[in-house]
Amino acid sequence: MSILDSKIPDGPLADKWTKHKNEINLVNPANKRLIDVIIVGTGLAGGSAAATLAELGYNVKAFCFQDSPRRAHSIAAQGGINAAKNYQGDGDSTYRLFYDTVKGGDYRSREANVYRLAEVSTNIIDQCVAQGVPFAREYGGLLDNRSFGGVLVSRTFYAKGQTGQQLLLGAYAAMNRQIGRGKIKMYTRHEMLDVVVVDGKARGIIARNLVTGEIERHSAHAVVLGTGGYGNAFYLSTYAMGSNVTAAWKAHKRGAFFANPCYTQIHPTCIPVSGDHQSKLTLMSESLRNDGRIWVPKHKKDVEAIRNGSLKPTQIAEEDRDYYLERRYPAFGNLVPRDVASRAAKERCDAGYGVNKTGEAVYLDFAAAIERYGKEQAYVKGLDVDDKKVVTDLGKKVVENKYGNLFQMYEKIVDQNPYETPMMIYPAVHYTMGGLWVDYNLMTTVPGLYAIGEANFSDHGANRLGASALMQGLADGYFVLPYTIGDYLAHDIRTGPIPTDSKEFDEAENKVRADINKLINNKGSKSVDHFHKRLGKIMWNKCGMARNEKELKEAITEIAALREEFYKDVFVPGTENEYNEELAKAGRVADFLELGELFAKDALEREESAGGHFREEYQTEGGEALRRPEYQYVSAWEFKGKPSEAVHHKEPLEYENIEVKERSYK
Amino acid sequence: MNLTLKIWRQKDAKDKGKIVDYPINGISPDMSFLEMLDVLNQELIGKGEEPVAFDHDCREGICGTCSLYINGRAHGPQTKITACQLHMRSFKDGDTIYIEPWRAKAFPVVKDLVVDRSSFDRIQQAGGFISVNTSGNTQDANAIPIEKENADKAFDAATCIGCGACVASCKNSSAMLFVSAKVSQFALLPQGQVEATDRVLNMVKQMDEEGFGNCTNTGACEVECPKGISLENIARMNREYLAASLKG
Ligand SMILES: Cc1cc2nc3c(=O)[nH]c(=O)nc-3n(C[C@H](O)[C@H](O)[C@H](O)COP(=O)(O)OP(=O)(O)OC[C@H]3O[C@@H](n4cnc5c(N)ncnc54)[C@H](O)[C@@H]3O)c2cc1C
Ligand code: SF4
Ligand code: FES
Repeated sequence: MSILDSKIPDGPLADKWTKHKNEINLVNPANKRLIDVIIVGTGLAGGSAAATLAELGYNVKAFCFQDSPRRAHSIAAQGGINAAKNYQGDGDSTYRLFYDTVKGGDYRSREANVYRLAEVSTNIIDQCVAQGVPFAREYGGLLDNRSFGGVLVSRTFYAKGQTGQQLLLGAYAAMNRQIGRGKIKMYTRHEMLDVVVVDGKARGIIARNLVTGEIERHSAHAVVLGTGGYGNAFYLSTYAMGSNVTAAWKAHKRGAFFANPCYTQIHPTCIPVSGDHQSKLTLMSESLRNDGRIWVPKHKKDVEAIRNGSLKPTQIAEEDRDYYLERRYPAFGNLVPRDVASRAAKERCDAGYGVNKTGEAVYLDFAAAIERYGKEQAYVKGLDVDDKKVVTDLGKKVVENKYGNLFQMYEKIVDQNPYETPMMIYPAVHYTMGGLWVDYNLMTTVPGLYAIGEANFSDHGANRLGASALMQGLADGYFVLPYTIGDYLAHDIRTGPIPTDSKEFDEAENKVRADINKLINNKGSKSVDHFHKRLGKIMWNKCGMARNEKELKEAITEIAALREEFYKDVFVPGTENEYNEELAKAGRVADFLELGELFAKDALEREESAGGHFREEYQTEGGEALRRPEYQYVSAWEFKGKPSEAVHHKEPLEYENIEVKERSYK
Repeated sequence: MNLTLKIWRQKDAKDKGKIVDYPINGISPDMSFLEMLDVLNQELIGKGEEPVAFDHDCREGICGTCSLYINGRAHGPQTKITACQLHMRSFKDGDTIYIEPWRAKAFPVVKDLVVDRSSFDRIQQAGGFISVNTSGNTQDANAIPIEKENADKAFDAATCIGCGACVASCKNSSAMLFVSAKVSQFALLPQGQVEATDRVLNMVKQMDEEGFGNCTNTGACEVECPKGISLENIARMNREYLAASLKG
């Protein structure tokens, strides 16, 4: 019997959550005042959880490393958030959202969690609208929807290309209300550096005040991590610069199992890398694929002419273009899921058809959409549908209305006008489906330690469909954790405040101080970024979109060697008692250097292709992912002192309500 | 490109601070402004010196963290842009570039180019929310239709990223544009009506207590706002404030 007890309630799928809620222990409102909860992270997951737990009456302490909770990485999400509202009457339902999500995740997510996610999705929209989140509306005043890759219904709610921003500001406002009432104490510019475990339970954290350098002890009856994903292990990614794995990794070292670390999502529509100076990659919302057509030239001679500047993409005739997604996947076309779109782009570029100087870009073209919308508008307005200029102008307006801010963003970065010439895009690291292992209650393998949002592993499987991360973050924070945590906290109403002068707090603080001293006093010669970039190259080249046994083995050795070199030769300027961004970065990169190795080890173990995880040895003749039923499990790794010694546990995945089929979007 | 940077260095809040010159070479026009500073910092670290501290996170113009005063303008020479979206193609070879932190009494310097904008959070805590329970037991989202025009206007106001460029570019260091954006978002939505009176009174009161200056309608804020938040919002807030004062 595995030590992984997922605590999935029994009974029919559709009743599990209701039944579970009915059976959960409740904490009397008067007793909630006696209970403290620490929430690390104020993104959609942490922010919504902090607001709700405070609303329920718990004393909440919230932490983030930014200068304001409003700046968490969730702010950058562009496209939208899913919910099975069926407002469009196109056949959506809880079951269909559940089904699409499990299928999209390549049957590597937990059925019960995903069903619950689909079930509460509709509440999220109601909640956010009540908070004043200005979602897009139709002329009749009702909410507007659009669709996203991998689905055939229109269930995505959005606020232009700034949905994450608006949802986060909603959660931030809900937090502000509680901060104003004194129910949340907010610690900004604080970084959590360890979890404190007392008698086997998470009872607090050690945090560093990033302005003064002070090391602080904070205790609570439970600790919740909403600390986001670890895609910055790749150095170049669409994550904010500060996103890191430290909180989750430190929790892992204290006994929380790390699940599916190698499951990384590569997003197909990002602005390609332009040079060595680059610090991050920018995503262009996937919603663009609703209207943009993706292509590369059919002929190599055209590719060459484009690369040397003698030919423009607009000069290539329709019949000389290869709309490869429409060709390969006629049912979904440009709207195939992300992993499929990403791999197809890589395949074309590897075959020599990439359209920029580095050969790593494909076109995303709006000319057809502009014409189609323009004609429609001309017709509505009674204008000449054959007048090219009229049609183009009208069409551009429509496209601007839908994607204006994205186009503007592109133009600022690339210095080209996407209304006139196709955008260039290429896949980039964007999201991590792996994270801390949690049970149905969102609790890790350390009692009292919870993980929510991108920091946990449970809902997305091997791939994540668009607009489902925001949904999960808010579902966890607003509607799931507030119930499930009560079950645990009900046992703590007589515990009283947790003292911070215990030996466990001493030990954790000393460890944090020792780690910092080691970094600060290391008289090396190379900057933190130097090591981070080198780690990123190994990760992208050997643990990226496509992986194979040989390279993964090399990656494991190379990362371990790089880590050793880091501790010999890193140089961190300044002191520990001041605002010192290099020191903060050094700690984060040190953790990436450990996680990276576990990542490669996990990828090596999984001899199958699933979702965003493509093992070259296991593909179908048509170049599609070859899933192997014997790998239908969650890998959960237990820390044993070194990443190389981590112990592998398996949680088998059972699908009782869905027939596991070869995922096909043809 | 080869450039001369003149950068404000200040060890901590108590230090007096001064401009220090840094020559820098080999900058590509495709770099963002912050990537150019990364290059400088890597050089400084290579020499064993302390890098220049500046605030940044998303690097795509949405989080509102970056806050550089470049050549006397908030977020630099372009309009409707944040410092992280500014690219070096906006400068010429041989240019001298002044880089300073936001300057306002309510935004004390933390270090070098980093300032403390928590006063903005405190203003929001005073009323920048709708008091709805986060239980999800709210009515169906489509139960209250909202005129598209109002929804769009509310959205436009809601896109404020809280960067503080409006304050930094105002000669009075007024926070009116920022505060009015939130007040307007809720004033334009039916959900925000119930608490409208308290909201505007409380937020304005907090704004004054934080030490922001008065608005004298010079409009520099609107010009430098990276998100194009319009002065109309200030007018709307003034109307809300007047109505609330008469009621209150
Ligand atoms: C460009 C982009 C576009 C996206 N678009 C979409 C979309 O359209 N739809 C969708 O569903 N998803 C989208 N996503 C994914 C989605 O935005 C994220 O998965 C989601 O927002 C993560 O939320 P979170 O609350 O889990 O974490 P985050 O928002 O990353 O928050 C992490 C929080 O933890 C804090 N933190 C981290 N470590 C520490 C520490 N050690 N100490 C203290 N605090 C710490 C941070 O300060 C922050 O407050 C997009 C992602 C990107 C990058
Ligand atoms: S109003 Fe504009 S300038 Fe002021 S904080 Fe908001 S986005 Fe920044
Ligand atoms: S770094 Fe986020 S707006 Fe500039």
